[in-house]
Amino acid sequence: MELSLSNEDAAFRDEVRAFIADNYPQEMRVPNPETDLTKEQMLLWHRILHRKGWIAPLWPKEYGGPGWSITKRFIFEQETSRAGTLPPLAFGVTMVGPVIYTFGNDAQKKKFLPRILSGEDWWCQGYSEPGSGSDLATVRTKAVRDGDHYIVNGHKTWTTLAQHADWIFCLVRTDPKAKPQSGISFVLIDMKSPGITVRPIITIDGTHEVNDVFLENVRVPAANLIGEENKGWTYAKFLLGNERTSMAGIGRSTRYLNKLKQIVQAEVDEHDPAHREFVHEIARIELDVLALEATELRIVAQMARGIDPGPAASLFKIRGTEIFQDITELTHRVTGNYGLAIREHPVSANRFMPGPDYGRTASEKYLNSRKLSIYGGSNEIQRNIIAKAVLGL
Amino acid sequence: MDIQLTEEQELLRSSIQRLLRDAYDFDARRKILASEEGFCRNTWRSFAELGVLAAPFAEEAGGLGGGALATMILMQEFGRHLVVEPFLETVVLAGGLIEAAGTSSQKEQHLPGIMAGEAIWALAWSEARSRYDFDHVGTTATRRGSDYVLKGNKAAVIAAPWADKLIVSARTSGDRRDAAGVSLFIVDRSAANLHLQSFKTIDGRRAAEIVLDNVVVGQDGLLGGEGEGVALLEARRNRAIAALCAEVVGAMSELNSATLEYSKTRKQFGVTLGTFQVLQHRMVDMFIAHQEALSLMQHLTLSLAGQQADCARVASGAKFKIGLAAKFVAEQAVQLHGGMGMTDELNVGHYFKRIAAFNIQFGDTAFHLARFARGEQVAAA
Repeated sequence: MELSLSNEDAAFRDEVRAFIADNYPQEMRVPNPETDLTKEQMLLWHRILHRKGWIAPLWPKEYGGPGWSITKRFIFEQETSRAGTLPPLAFGVTMVGPVIYTFGNDAQKKKFLPRILSGEDWWCQGYSEPGSGSDLATVRTKAVRDGDHYIVNGHKTWTTLAQHADWIFCLVRTDPKAKPQSGISFVLIDMKSPGITVRPIITIDGTHEVNDVFLENVRVPAANLIGEENKGWTYAKFLLGNERTSMAGIGRSTRYLNKLKQIVQAEVDEHDPAHREFVHEIARIELDVLALEATELRIVAQMARGIDPGPAASLFKIRGTEIFQDITELTHRVTGNYGLAIREHPVSANRFMPGPDYGRTASEKYLNSRKLSIYGGSNEIQRNIIAKAVLGL
Repeated sequence: MDIQLTEEQELLRSSIQRLLRDAYDFDARRKILASEEGFCRNTWRSFAELGVLAAPFAEEAGGLGGGALATMILMQEFGRHLVVEPFLETVVLAGGLIEAAGTSSQKEQHLPGIMAGEAIWALAWSEARSRYDFDHVGTTATRRGSDYVLKGNKAAVIAAPWADKLIVSARTSGDRRDAAGVSLFIVDRSAANLHLQSFKTIDGRRAAEIVLDNVVVGQDGLLGGEGEGVALLEARRNRAIAALCAEVVGAMSELNSATLEYSKTRKQFGVTLGTFQVLQHRMVDMFIAHQEALSLMQHLTLSLAGQQADCARVASGAKFKIGLAAKFVAEQAVQLHGGMGMTDELNVGHYFKRIAAFNIQFGDTAFHLARFARGEQVAAA
C-alpha cells in the first residue's frame, strides 16, 4: 500500500531509496544486526545519515533536523524500514534529544545536541528499577543536593546497551516526601563517573542487550538537571510519547513475512496438509499488517492536515508488537526440527550452527521478541492509556 | 490514506443521516420489520427523492456519479440504523450489473426505474449446495427459438419477496462447476412458472427459495454475453463486499458507543462497569478492531474507485478481517451488556444478528481467507 504522493514527495522517496542502496554499509548486513554488530559497526549508518543531514527527522531545523514535513518523515521511516536498515539508536536521537531541546537550557543544548547528532555520545535510558517497571512513578534512585552537585544512589535495570554508553538519562527522586509523580527529576549522568557499575543481564535468547546499572555515591553536576527539579515526570511522559509513535513496524513486519513465505516454500512440501495451514496463517498475519498499515496511513494523512492522533497512537505499539511476535513465533514453528538449535553468543563463525541459513536466527528472534509487549510501556499499560485518554474510562 | 469528503459527499451523508434520524429510529424499524411486507415503501420513496438510489450510478447512466464512495457513505449510515431496505440488492448488485454489462436498451429500460424507486430487484445466484461459488450452478437455461427456458432452484435469495425483477444465474453450457458456461438473465418476479417460498432471515430481512419450472425469458433478458456470468458476478462480489464492509463498520461504531455508554452508567459492586480493568481492556480491543476495520473499508473503497488490479484480493482480505473484527465487537457488546444484551428489546442483539448475516453474505471468513491467500499465489505465478 502506498500513500498517494505529490511529485515532490515521490522524488524524495526515490532519493531516499537510492541513498540507502548506494550507502548502507554491507558489513551491517548480518543475520541479526541488533546482536551481531560491534559498537563501531552499529554506528556506521548513524554517521552516514549524520553527514547527509538525515539523522534526526523529528528535530526542528534550528537544532539540526532536516525540516521535513510529516509526510516526508513518514516516507523516510517507511523506506529505511522496508530496506531493512538498522535504525540509529533511539535513546539519543529519538528520546533524550527532544527532551533536551524542549526542556533543556542553552548550555545543555549546546553541549549535548551536536554530539547526539554525530554519534559521538552513546546514550542509554535510566528509567526502570527492580521495584519500578510499569509503575515508573515509584522510582527510588535518590539524588541529594550537595552544593553544585547531586549525590545519586540507586539501581537502574533493563538498561539497553548500557555496556556501550557514554551517558545515561535518569529519573531520580529528589523529593522523597512528595507524591510519587511530583518528586522526580530528570538528570543526565556521565557513565564514566566514579561509582557507576554496569552488570550484564543475559536474556532468554542468550544475548546481552540489557544491563543492571548500579549508582553508588555518584557525583552529578547540578548543571545536568533538565528543566526544573521535581518536574521530571512531565519530561519522562513527553519522552514516552515520542517513543510510541513509530512502533507500527510495518516495514519490518513486511520483510519478515516475505522471508517467512520463502521458508514455508523451502521447508514444507506442497502436498503436506500443513502447507495450507501455514499459508493461511501467513495470510491472516498479512491481513493484520494490512489493517494496521491502512490505519497508519489514515493517521499520517490526518497528521499532515494538523490533526493530532494523541494517545490513540498507543494502538500502533499494541498491534505492531503483537503482529511481530506472531511472525517470529510462526517463523520458529515453520523452521521445524532446526528450531531446536540456537546460536551461541557472542556469535562467531567458528561455532557450529546446523540447518539452513534462513533458520539461523529463528529461535533467538522468537525468544527475543517476547520483550516487545513488555518494554516501552507494556501493552497492558498502553491499553490503560487508550481506556483513559480515548474512551474516557 | 484518509478519505476526506467533498462538499457533495458531505451533503449526501448529512441528508441520509437526517432522513434516518427522523424516520428510522429503532422503534420505527421494529414496526417496519413486523409489517406484512417487512420493509418500508415510504422509506424507499424517500431514498429515491433524496437521490440516494441514483447516487452511485455514472452520470452517463443518469446517475449522480458518486461511485464506490457514495455507496460507502450510504452503507455506513444504513449500518448504523440497521436499514433493511434492499439498497445493496437493487442498486449495488442489480443496478451495478446492468450498468456494467447491460445493452443500451436494457439500461434505458431498467435503470431509470431503479433510480426512481419504482422497481426493486434481487440477485439470485446461490443454490442449495453452491456455498459461495458462482460457478456452482445447476439451474439451466436452454435455448428455444429466440427464447431461453430456465429450469432449476435458487436458494436463500435476499429481498426476492420484495422484488419486481430478479437477475438469475443459469447454465447455458457445460457441467456444474464450469465457469465458462454460466449466464445471467433478467426475469420478472411474477413470470409464469416461477415460484417463491419466502422466509425471514436472521437479521430481520426477507428472503426466498425460488423454483424456476420452465420459465421463459426472451432474448432481451440475457444480461451480458452467454458465458460471462461468473466474471460479471465476481466483479460484483468485490463491490458487494465493499458495500457490506461499510455497513458493518457503521454497525460496529454504534455497538462500541452503546457499550462504552453502558459501561459508564451500569453499576455493579458499587462501581460502574467501566472501572474494571478487564472490561476496559476489552473495550480498547473493540476500539482497535473498529479503527482497523474503518481503515480497511476506506482502503478497499479507494482501490475500487481507482480500479486497481488487486481489488479481488483486497476485497477478500477486508471481508475476512472486518468479518472477524465485527464478530468480536458484536460478541463482546452482548457480553458486556450482560443479560440485557440477550434481549430482543435492546438494539445490541440486532446489530449482532446483522453482523452474523454479514459473515455469510458473499462468502464467510474461511472462504475469503482462502481467496486472499490464493490471490497472492496467482499474482506470484
